[in-house]
Amino acid sequence: MKINDVILKTVSKAAVLIIFTFGIYLFLSGHNEPGGGFIGGLVLASAFVLLFLSHDSETISDAIPLDFKKISALGVLIAFASSTVPMFFGQPFMSQSFGYFDLPIFGKTELATVTVFEAGVALTVIGVVVNIIFSISEDE
Amino acid sequence: MHLLILAILIPFFAAALIPFLYRRIGKLNIGWFVLIVPLALFIILAMRIPDISAGDTIAATLEWIPSLGINFSIYLDGLSLILALLITGMGSLVILYSIYYLSPYDSLPHFYAYLLLFMGAMLGVVLSDNLLVLYVFWELTSISSFLLIAFWFHRKNSRYGAQKSLLITVFGGFGMLAGFIMLHTMTDTFSVREIAASISQYTDHALFYPAMFLVLLGAFTKSAQFPFHIWLPDAMEAPTPVSAYLHSATMVKAGIYLVARFTPIFGGTSAWFWTVTLVGLVTLFWGSFCAVRQTDLKALLAYSTISQLGLIMSLFGMGSAALYFGDGSDGALYGLATFAALFHLVNHSTFKGALFMVVGIVDHQVGTRDIRRLGGLISFLPITFTFAMIGSFSMAGLPFFNGFLSKEMFFTASLNSASLPIFSAGTWGWLIPVIAWTASVLTFVYCMIIVFRTFLGQPQLKKLDKKPVEPPIGMLISPAILSLLIVGIFFAPNLLGDHLLRPALGGVLPGMAGAAPHITAWHGFQPELWMTLGIIVIGGILYATLRYWKKVYSLIPDTWTFNNLYNRFLAGLENNSNTLTSFYMTGYLPHYFAYIFTFFVLVAGGTLVFTGALSIDFSNDAPVKPYEFLLVLVMMIAAVAILFVRSRLTSILLNGVLGFSIAILFVLFRAPDLALTQLVIETVTTVLFLLCFYFLPELKKDRIPRNAKIRNAAIAIAGGTTVVLIALSVHSGKLFESISSYFENSYELAGGKNIVNAILGDFRGFDTMLESLVLFIAGIGVYTLIRIKSGKEPKKNEDK
Repeated sequence: MKINDVILKTVSKAAVLIIFTFGIYLFLSGHNEPGGGFIGGLVLASAFVLLFLSHDSETISDAIPLDFKKISALGVLIAFASSTVPMFFGQPFMSQSFGYFDLPIFGKTELATVTVFEAGVALTVIGVVVNIIFSISEDE
Repeated sequence: MHLLILAILIPFFAAALIPFLYRRIGKLNIGWFVLIVPLALFIILAMRIPDISAGDTIAATLEWIPSLGINFSIYLDGLSLILALLITGMGSLVILYSIYYLSPYDSLPHFYAYLLLFMGAMLGVVLSDNLLVLYVFWELTSISSFLLIAFWFHRKNSRYGAQKSLLITVFGGFGMLAGFIMLHTMTDTFSVREIAASISQYTDHALFYPAMFLVLLGAFTKSAQFPFHIWLPDAMEAPTPVSAYLHSATMVKAGIYLVARFTPIFGGTSAWFWTVTLVGLVTLFWGSFCAVRQTDLKALLAYSTISQLGLIMSLFGMGSAALYFGDGSDGALYGLATFAALFHLVNHSTFKGALFMVVGIVDHQVGTRDIRRLGGLISFLPITFTFAMIGSFSMAGLPFFNGFLSKEMFFTASLNSASLPIFSAGTWGWLIPVIAWTASVLTFVYCMIIVFRTFLGQPQLKKLDKKPVEPPIGMLISPAILSLLIVGIFFAPNLLGDHLLRPALGGVLPGMAGAAPHITAWHGFQPELWMTLGIIVIGGILYATLRYWKKVYSLIPDTWTFNNLYNRFLAGLENNSNTLTSFYMTGYLPHYFAYIFTFFVLVAGGTLVFTGALSIDFSNDAPVKPYEFLLVLVMMIAAVAILFVRSRLTSILLNGVLGFSIAILFVLFRAPDLALTQLVIETVTTVLFLLCFYFLPELKKDRIPRNAKIRNAAIAIAGGTTVVLIALSVHSGKLFESISSYFENSYELAGGKNIVNAILGDFRGFDTMLESLVLFIAGIGVYTLIRIKSGKEPKKNEDK
């Protein structure tokens, strides 16, 4: 689909930036506030979808040379691989742990292994959603 | 982590590394790197021999899903050690051989990745103590075998053979899984050792015999026992190193291993004794009978493998009688069969491995395996002839080769079983040595065919594609080592017996390792010797007169074979499922919705009514605010309006109104997580709808007949009502104590204040993990469907 709409393009460029920031915020805040891997990934995916819709898909795939099939596969791999890590420390499969650390600038911060797992979920969601929408929109 | 757990994992890691390594190493054959893996593992395992032969066992556990009793626990005793040494030892020899056998045009990274995958899985099978882990590895060997048989997938026969082997072995595997679950139901553990320790309390349990037969089903299909043997000859389409490794030395022994491993659990019962012994004997006879008529050398070896597997299987059956008697002189008498089984297991791997490699050499150097075109190769391939002779004579049970020793022991065991005082063996027991002897005569005949038809007689060079010469030295090393072993074991059998077979005997028959005999080649003029002499005389006569009695084989019509049964079953299955599927898969979306909602109403609504969960109670509800009424009104108007609009665009937008209103409802009820998710989902799906809309034709509502409209309306209303009733009942009634108080501790347990996410990512992380897998599969599915339909898979992906 080729759409030539200057206003849409300009607005979407600004909007995408905001959506990306919001998506990353949602992903990181998920531990204690509303958000998380699934919703963060979905918001990020919607930003990509907006880009694909406002610009023609060829321009975007040249500008963002990512294979979203591979991103979704990577996501599943991260979710599975991160779950096996505890087994190497004598813990059952999928055990998660967390701790509080004093980091420069951030101060006392909680770091949790579940974030890695959530990152896998987020990548899967981004990859799948963008891939589906992209392949349908390309089909003619 | 324990070294042995790593030993199982190393082949998998190595397999994953191959694609990366392959690009780096240039012209050097990747096989040399792969060879390091089994060689190193063989050395690691061989270093355990002193411990194991002293009677020790090694166990280690890595927790996997402890709440379900599924742990990655490994157990190394004498029995596992023999198998593990075979897997790594034969693996090394076969990989060395394959470096020279495969042509540079074959896809080597695939071949070696599959082979390593198999090796890891097979080690997992023999080292696992946990039944479910064993099952996973078991199926993994079936899958890697499938991939290796179909290695030359451009051939129709390869694909047929691969499919057949997968269907039959996985069918048996499923049965075995059911058996394992029954064992768990009885004993409440998945650990083989714990089951063996406690099984004596459960022999009267209703599930004891079903579990036994299901486990045996898995073992018989995997080890190509009659009547499931039909997959093995077709598996010969695999490259010869694969046939030598998977389909004679290791994978087909997995079933035998399973029988041996389960002998302490089921052994000592009459059913186990007769089933295993008889199936083994029938397989032994039928395999050797069929082998004689084969003209393709590999097919002949396949049937001979079936036959030899039957021999080992029947020996394990006979040996199980020892458990009835326990530790004593009677026990030792029948325990000899088990010892012979273990001995023959090792011997068979040596001589059959050598023979497969010889056939591979003949095929490679001459261009055919058809014995009608072969002959007189002795003057061209003298070294290969030597190996063929050693291997065949050992298989035939002739002296100065290891096969003689185990074959004599087999006769001793069959004579012992004939006079078994239990299991009503008195009536039919005499059959055992008779079948054993008859099958051994036929074995002698086909062994002679292998050697003499191929290497003696008149050379028929005109029928050959190329002039035969000896292969490169690298191809001869592996059969040479095996031939040395064949002769070496004959002259020093007790080295093997004392260090490997005796501890393994203790693994099959607990506490009876002391019953292991001292192996001797000469025991005077006993019946066994006369049996061997009879085989040589009668077998020699039969071989000489083969062309006169070969008509016997045409007595069985082709339509009566199990192969035919299998093919017709498969074709029938395809036809019937096709008919059934096209009956309801109309390709018309409203029909599918009608099925789904009818099913939902019947099952969910039915459950609601029959379990008495239906209860509606408004007494504790907060009053409904006016703006909530308004919102719901908007939603209802939008929903009803969808029914009457005439353009797809409008209905998509109305659907959006519905979705966004739900999001607002979530906001009003202070559920930010749900509201956020609903908003984004609604946005993305609206975009998706609009994209699909682009390809859809105009709406044609008028064509739907009135009856169908009424029916659809009824289903829709029933579906909606069911959802409402379920929602109200969930809200009003409490069937059991709520578990939400557990999740309220999420900050202490998972370190997160967001309960929803603590549940998703931690408490019920399994769900999330598998959901993301499902999502991924769905995504790939959509992609493939669209691409296949339009037939424009981007070329650039294939070149990478």
